[in-house]
Amino acid sequence: MSFWQRLPSKLHSFQAVGVPSRTVRPQTRIFLPRIRNVSTGVPMRSDFVKDLELQLKAMREKAAAALPGSEWTPFEVRHGLPPERVDVLIIGGGVVGWSIAYWLKRKTGPRKALRVLVVEKDPTYSQSSTVLSAGGIRQQFSLTENIQLSLASADFLKNINEHLSVLNEDPVDLQFNHSGYLFLASEKGAHIMEANYETQRHVGAKVKLLSPAQLKDMFPWINTDGVALASYGLENEGWFDPWTLLSALRRKALSMGVEQCLGEVTGFRYGVHSVENRELGRLQIRGITHTNIQMPNSIEVQPVESTVVINAAGANSGKVAKMVGIGLGPDDMISGISIPVEPRKRYIYVVHCPDGPGMDTPFLIDYSGVYFRREGLGANYITGVSPEETEEPDITNLDVDHEFFKDKIWPELAYRVPAFESLKVTSAWAGFYDYNTFDQNGLLGIHPLVRNMYFATGFSGHGLQQSPAVGRAVAELILDGGYKTLDLSALDIKRIIYEERVLESNIV
Amino acid sequence: MQVTRQTCQRVLWLGTRRYLSATPASQPTVISRFLLWLSQNFHDVEPLLNWSTTLRNRVVRRKNLFYGYAQRRYGENIAAAYYILSLKGAFRFAGQTEWFRPNDRGRFSYDFMSFPAATIEEIDLSGTPINCNGLDNLVTQVHLRRLTLRGCPEVDGWFLSRLHAFSESLEELDISHCPRITTGALCALIHLRKLKLLDISSLSSLQNPGLVHILIEEMLPHCLVTGTGYSQGLSSEDRMQTNSTAGLKAQATQPQAEENGQTSVQRHGEMH
Ligand SMILES: Cc1cc2nc3c(=O)[nH]c(=O)nc-3n(C[C@H](O)[C@H](O)[C@H](O)COP(=O)(O)OP(=O)(O)OC[C@H]3O[C@@H](n4cnc5c(N)ncnc54)[C@H](O)[C@@H]3O)c2cc1C
Repeated sequence: MSFWQRLPSKLHSFQAVGVPSRTVRPQTRIFLPRIRNVSTGVPMRSDFVKDLELQLKAMREKAAAALPGSEWTPFEVRHGLPPERVDVLIIGGGVVGWSIAYWLKRKTGPRKALRVLVVEKDPTYSQSSTVLSAGGIRQQFSLTENIQLSLASADFLKNINEHLSVLNEDPVDLQFNHSGYLFLASEKGAHIMEANYETQRHVGAKVKLLSPAQLKDMFPWINTDGVALASYGLENEGWFDPWTLLSALRRKALSMGVEQCLGEVTGFRYGVHSVENRELGRLQIRGITHTNIQMPNSIEVQPVESTVVINAAGANSGKVAKMVGIGLGPDDMISGISIPVEPRKRYIYVVHCPDGPGMDTPFLIDYSGVYFRREGLGANYITGVSPEETEEPDITNLDVDHEFFKDKIWPELAYRVPAFESLKVTSAWAGFYDYNTFDQNGLLGIHPLVRNMYFATGFSGHGLQQSPAVGRAVAELILDGGYKTLDLSALDIKRIIYEERVLESNIV
Repeated sequence: MQVTRQTCQRVLWLGTRRYLSATPASQPTVISRFLLWLSQNFHDVEPLLNWSTTLRNRVVRRKNLFYGYAQRRYGENIAAAYYILSLKGAFRFAGQTEWFRPNDRGRFSYDFMSFPAATIEEIDLSGTPINCNGLDNLVTQVHLRRLTLRGCPEVDGWFLSRLHAFSESLEELDISHCPRITTGALCALIHLRKLKLLDISSLSSLQNPGLVHILIEEMLPHCLVTGTGYSQGLSSEDRMQTNSTAGLKAQATQPQAEENGQTSVQRHGEMH
């Protein structure tokens, strides 16, 4: 980096010697003087000059690219081979993966050089949930752990520039919208909402209950028919730009010395040894020694040795776990229990409605499950709903089903907000939830059958908002051997073996 | 050679501007420019600069500590009053006409201690480093009617979202010249149902101030919103900086997404 920064001045001195000062002409954006075309008619000389000119041109371009205001970043995606050996290898460069990388570095400091490698298969993030999400953060959960995770993450976002600012780079602007979440409950769900509200207040979230009359007073555009109770987040709730968070985490982690590698994890090399466990009986414990990384556009597979592997592959993490043999054993054995995380397709529709609600639009979640929020100030909104378990769409592609909007979303939307009668769908996209089919909550920690693979996955629709705190928790597990700041043992992955579900009690 | 010097100066100046964009209130001093130049040429200076940022953050944090002890010992009102004065702010108790404020050197008399039962009705914290943590000391003042936060560098959306504590009393709010307030931050004002007067002049991070003004008036129908300092357009200096950082901004992933829903939508559209 410093080389490029020094380059312009080096070039100056070089030219000042080589070219008579007469020919130096100031230029506006590229700060290097341009040489006048010297055509002498002597071929030899002209060749030399041309050569020199070409070289200078190349250097000039590089130098201009390195100056502020250009596209150039000091961190190039490493197209070469990954290192042969690292301490921690993180599979998945989504928001969870980069957050863990950041916290690992942050906790060890620059001096204890822990080598961390993040492996991401898709540099464009075209299918990653992170960039396809709705970007919301809320504390209105029923599980203490989820509320705490979200509160801790909100605290991180609040102080994001203390965490993620990089010297000489612009400060991070998440474009956080402090509009809060508004949950609506019907008669049936009102008592659950009240119970959840008690838990949330107890854990420290700032939430307020609203009667239908208060609701109407605050949001006159809502049709309150059928609403028995509403709860509205006062602080730390809203939405932000997930892409900004992802790139800020990545930028900071890279500046702290985390390495990244472009390639897909296709398998592992591991050793197996048999141990006797008091609770679970005889177990075949695996220890991963190498992770095989398939390089892009080539048949080459590069093994990387590492002490610890972290599975943060989002919706794909169940598949990655299978590569170590988790879930491939006989059905009645522990080795037959697979990681219950699979991709589930969710649509988001962008609608335009000039008569729709304005700046007082919260992230509204109706008791029918339909949600919407504002997107910018131009009367655009995004909306969606989770389909019935029996109507899950095909996950082989990310195509959008527009009938789904007409059948399942629009009627509910227009009922709740009559102005939406006249909306127009302007665009739509789909993304994969990292859906935990077991209990729809995060799975953290070491799998009992693999000695050195940590999981951080299965967040099913709230992974983005939990990622900063999850990164810290996983880093604590690895470096301190246990949770230090937040006790997340309830979310331990071992619960899938003991069949202990931790479920959110939903109002929807 | 002159060209060289000019360009170097320009590079320096730009660099300084970028560095200082993190600390909007301060002016580039010779020392900070020199440090910046050093850091651009020598890696060893980087920790030093990082350290100074850390130090600055620590000062802000220390100034916004929660005065729990004072609160327990002398009561909420005295603790709040003490906090305001120690930030070099001023306040007025309900039922009194006289303002308490520190002198130019930040000293103040402890006369306010003789009114432990009086609640604070007006607070002026203009230009102070109050942030959302410091509000812990003030949220007890549920009779607060007027709050002036003109030109506070640390006041942002997280701060505004905590003002709901005064939702039953606050009538006048001045957040003009606060460099960190964005559109997303102003959404938090929805809780201030009693607000009658709101000043949002010269918020430098606000894009589309005209539209935002209208939308806020819609959101708070009983409130008179004043917002000046936008019609003149950009000053020449600002314009220069906008030009030079335009490329950088574009690369820093679609910053206008909030103001222009289309951008982010298009990005998502491209994704698949
Ligand atoms: C439509 C939608 C709306 C959502 N809304 C919200 C919301 O409002 N709030 C919220 O908090 N959350 C929301 N979420 C959920 C949130 O997006 C996810 O939980 C979160 O992004 C998970 O982050 P991740 O890093 O684990 O996964 P990802 O972002 O998917 O990252 C995983 C990465 O791993 C890579 N990868 C996978 N397999 C391999 C491999 N074998 N080798 C190398 N790399 C691999 C992938 O390319 C991917 O980039 C939403 C999700 C969707 C789909």
